[in-house]
Amino acid sequence: MTDISATKEPQQEKIEKPRPIKKVCFIVAKSTIDSAYAAMVMANGARMEGIDVEMFFTFFGLDVINKSKMTNLHVATVGNPSMPIPTMLGGLPGMEALVSNQMKKEMERLDLPPVDEFMEMIHLSGGKIWACKLAMDMFKLEEKDLVEYLDGVLTVGDFYQRAAGEGTQIIFI
Amino acid sequence: MEKVIAGKTINVNEEGYLLDFDQWDKSIAEQIAIEEGIGELTDRHWAVVTWLQEQEKNKVALTIRKLGKSGVTDIKEFYALFPGGPLKKATKIAGIKKPVGCI
Repeated sequence: MTDISATKEPQQEKIEKPRPIKKVCFIVAKSTIDSAYAAMVMANGARMEGIDVEMFFTFFGLDVINKSKMTNLHVATVGNPSMPIPTMLGGLPGMEALVSNQMKKEMERLDLPPVDEFMEMIHLSGGKIWACKLAMDMFKLEEKDLVEYLDGVLTVGDFYQRAAGEGTQIIFI
Repeated sequence: MEKVIAGKTINVNEEGYLLDFDQWDKSIAEQIAIEEGIGELTDRHWAVVTWLQEQEKNKVALTIRKLGKSGVTDIKEFYALFPGGPLKKATKIAGIKKPVGCI
């Protein structure tokens, strides 16, 4: 029989103050409006709390920092169980744009900035913006296609090195 | 709870935000700035603090976006002036409520 009490942490460690989060690294792999805003709100919120931020954009997530696409992101109206319309209707031409515009109006009402402004805010607040090398090669993208304030193009290994340090969290969106 | 700031007894909440703006004065702002690691307040700091107080008086919900568009400062400078949580620290120094929004 195993002695459970021996594996318990000493009482003293339990009352130790929790160590604060120092850095949050976001991996953004999707480009739907909801994914983009989830990442941007969390990243901006971290900077507001004095937490360092690194954002790594990969696969379709690259659209969020692609100058020609970032202002025209969409909601997925098909294959999205939270959509209050039937999937068959969601597939009709123009439906994605219609629903996306509705959502953008609602966001403006809440003073949520549009994607291009929000990304720039994160950059100006000191957040680092990175693009994934592999995904850029795959989509035949060049740095000039992406936002001017891009901090660089990284391999996965580079990204993990940037995530080094105590108090770092990695979030996949 | 009560706290002595710059030699005066001030009502603050558990996070150190003033509960009564009438108790605020510049010496209190300067003392809080030192406690928050901001150091000595310059004209640039005061411009932001004054703007925040005006917004609070007009009951405007404070966001960094609004401050960036205010013409008083820009987002980059705001983060540089109040490093480590600018809106939280600047509102505390200004003697007003901590903003509750997520953006």
